[in-house]
Amino acid sequence: MMDSIYLAWRYLNYNKARTAVLVTCITIIAVLPIALEILLNESERQLSLRAQSSPLLIGAKGSALDLVMNSLYFSDEVPETITMDAAQQVMATDLAAPIPLYIRFTARDFPIVGTSLDYFDFRQLKIAQGELFAMLGQCVIGAEVSQKLNLKPGDYIVSSPETLFNIAGVYPLKMKISGVLAPAHSADDLGVFVDITTAWVIHGLGHGHQDVTTTTDSSVILKKEVGNVTANAKLMQYTEITEENIDSFHLHGDPADFPLTAVLAIPYDEKSGTILQGRYLKKEIPYQVVQPKEVIDTLMANIFKIRTVLDAVIMIVATATLLALVLVFSLSLRLREREIDVIFKLGCSRATIARLLSAEIAIIVCMSGLVCAGLLVLISYYDQMLVRNVFM
Amino acid sequence: MLQLDSIDFRYPTGDFHLSIPDLSVKAGGKVGVIGPSGSGKTTLLNLVAGILTPGKGSVTVDEMKISSQSDTTRRDFRITNIGLIFQDFGLLDYLDIQDNILHPYRITDALKLTGDVRNRAKILAEQMGIADKLNSHPPELSQGERQRVAICRALLPGPKLILADEATGNLDPKNKVRILDLLFRSVEKHDATLLAVTHDQELLSYFDRVVDFQDFLPGEAA
Repeated sequence: MMDSIYLAWRYLNYNKARTAVLVTCITIIAVLPIALEILLNESERQLSLRAQSSPLLIGAKGSALDLVMNSLYFSDEVPETITMDAAQQVMATDLAAPIPLYIRFTARDFPIVGTSLDYFDFRQLKIAQGELFAMLGQCVIGAEVSQKLNLKPGDYIVSSPETLFNIAGVYPLKMKISGVLAPAHSADDLGVFVDITTAWVIHGLGHGHQDVTTTTDSSVILKKEVGNVTANAKLMQYTEITEENIDSFHLHGDPADFPLTAVLAIPYDEKSGTILQGRYLKKEIPYQVVQPKEVIDTLMANIFKIRTVLDAVIMIVATATLLALVLVFSLSLRLREREIDVIFKLGCSRATIARLLSAEIAIIVCMSGLVCAGLLVLISYYDQMLVRNVFM
Repeated sequence: MLQLDSIDFRYPTGDFHLSIPDLSVKAGGKVGVIGPSGSGKTTLLNLVAGILTPGKGSVTVDEMKISSQSDTTRRDFRITNIGLIFQDFGLLDYLDIQDNILHPYRITDALKLTGDVRNRAKILAEQMGIADKLNSHPPELSQGERQRVAICRALLPGPKLILADEATGNLDPKNKVRILDLLFRSVEKHDATLLAVTHDQELLSYFDRVVDFQDFLPGEAA
């Protein structure tokens, strides 16, 4: 048997390209359905887990799925905004604790999550390095953001403009990293967390600039009236909030009217949650309240249907590929007819010839099995990260 | 060494018919077999090797009546006692020269691949002048070198009979004589008997004896 394996190995080694193609094809056939199963199960687990731990979401009427995906998984789909007033209303009911969320902007492709410090307690997020943000303009980054961008407390990260060529838009804000979160194995690992007020500054609702009342540079003053000074575009606006210029930062307008994408409402008990939901059933209320778990369960049911279709497609592709492999192998046997004739004439039995050919198939299958096992181990090991980066 | 008695052979399909009343070759003999295409020269080699069995008559090689043996016995006898040299050499491109020479030992349980066999293979390769090619593959060798590898493979198990089917058919005249000379010397050195099919009339003088298949053809064809 060892001789058969040796000869088969020499043949496969000599025909490296053919062997590589066969191994690749078999590996893909084997890995694809299992990998998809692993990743779908993990995505289902992650979606469900986070949804279960998020009792109620209040947002603008519209797509409940967009609201949940944006608020829980920081997806790109930004729902219609509500105002900070919605959070204050929840607080006023004394039925739940509100956590404001404004998830719209990004910094180097990672979502900026404008929220309050309560968010960290609620999600039980631990600081691995540094500390939580204590000042306007500071941010706390998730573990994967830190790892991928090689950032640590004391470093800076700049918010990305929503549109590159919007020269009339707001300036990017250079944010100082005050802390890095410990890995949470959830969407929080990919977030850049800032205070809700910092998120409004990024939006352009607040800003800091030279003090126009004390400046000696008259060229920046457009008009000076009693109690009001109008500056022109030469006035320097700050793109970074520091201890020196923080006092110059101010919001324009009533914070109650400032935008939020959602309010995460944490009912004090089950009854309070039910009552709170009841209050949002009235048609005249411009908000909706959703239970993320229900939304995700509906999504899962759809994914399950898609998975069935996907499985069928994979089966068809796998069958077609297997047939192609059988064809390739039978064609290669035809090419080797002379070789088989020679070894038969030398004195090799038909059983030994069959053993030689079987050894080749066995080696190819074993090699595919090894590559397959290696890939599946890698996929299983990195499934949480893959799901967060690819599926969500 | 070799005795064929009253051989009558037909393939299951077609009109081919081979009849050999009597043919014997003494041990150590170098016999050339000539004849027109389709006269049955290669069939003769296949009958002697036990690859084919006659409908009637008997084939005896080294006192073994192989025509009446089972397929397994004939196969084991062939690989241990008969060396085959093919017109196209029958070397495997994916094996290096050393593995090609050792190949018979890897395809049967009747031969055991030992350290001694490996040493003999190296000595044979040295004698044939291809010792420096042991790690090369057949496509990297010249026709003459490949022929020598085929001879090495045939001689390694120490066969008593060598069957060569147009062994010099692909060579130029100069190399034909050289390779035939090499084959003769190898056969003599290993006390083997040679039965070689050839088309080449110029080479017949090198053989001890020549069997003309014209003699075995039915009257009209002859």
